Amino acid sequence: MMKCLQLFFICLCLPFAAYAVDPIEFKSEREEQRFQALAKELRCLVCQNESLADSSAGLAQDLRAEVIVQIRDGKDDHAIKTYMTERYGDFILYNPPIKSTTWLLWFGPFVLLIIGAVVVLNIIRGRKAETKNITAAEDPVKSDW
Amino acid sequence: MNARMLPLLAFGVLFALLSFGIWYIKDHNLKEVPSPLIGKPAPNFVLPMLYDPQQSLDSKTLSGKPYILHVFASWCFVCRDENPVLMTQGKALGIPLIGFNYKDEPDQAKLWLQQFGNPYDVVIADFSGKTAIDFGVYGAPESFLIDGQGRIRYKHIGAITAETIEKNFLPQLEKIRQEQAP
Repeated sequence: MMKCLQLFFICLCLPFAAYAVDPIEFKSEREEQRFQALAKELRCLVCQNESLADSSAGLAQDLRAEVIVQIRDGKDDHAIKTYMTERYGDFILYNPPIKSTTWLLWFGPFVLLIIGAVVVLNIIRGRKAETKNITAAEDPVKSDW
Repeated sequence: MNARMLPLLAFGVLFALLSFGIWYIKDHNLKEVPSPLIGKPAPNFVLPMLYDPQQSLDSKTLSGKPYILHVFASWCFVCRDENPVLMTQGKALGIPLIGFNYKDEPDQAKLWLQQFGNPYDVVIADFSGKTAIDFGVYGAPESFLIDGQGRIRYKHIGAITAETIEKNFLPQLEKIRQEQAP
């Protein structure tokens, strides 16, 4: 029974593994590495939580084909990313560029961290002052809990 | 400030944030990707006509007058729902409506138009989807309002409804017309 179930689940995984990969024949290992790196950095716009490398959507296939064509045309990574952002905007990049509209995105968490640290420090200081007052006012033997 | 009020304040801030989120997504689709092409020249294209593949339409011949490029496909279910709107209100806009048949089988597309009605003045076919990439298309339906100078003025993602025509297309078209007739 267990084996049957296991087999069933393994079978469930199979077609998807075959789906997402196009039969691209890479000319060299370097080319493949460049392609894989780019495809991981670019977002599939149809299923927006997947990268081009992972997605089986038709548009992702087209864009992957475009990436490999441009790599073979001798374009550098920057030029290929520019090609994509000119058409689809910064959203297609998983790594958004640092500019005035993305400052909040990049530095917001650090601002929150600083605010949090200030709040925590304040609370600690308040407690310290409190305990000092208490120990000063009370009998040291009684407060020995 | 009283430190005991802090949890209440934190709750208030969270509550406000979540309420804003619920209010915001009522008329914003978070999956919509804003086009960087608004206000920029529409990409040039030469694409075969669906009904006469020997002939092709060159985007240069379209300049001078505003038009709408509407991305549709027979595999697109939303297109089916919006087609009646295009048949009536779309035609009434008074500008050419160009059907952009996106990654479709020509025979299927023709059958679809026969079945649901053809609101377009011309239908062009982008079988490979290459021109669509130039336009930043990532699904269907999508529509582009292009002015007489060939610039993309407005992009609508998703189905065209009577409301979107009233609220978005007509005001944009009015702006274009005012600019053209000084």
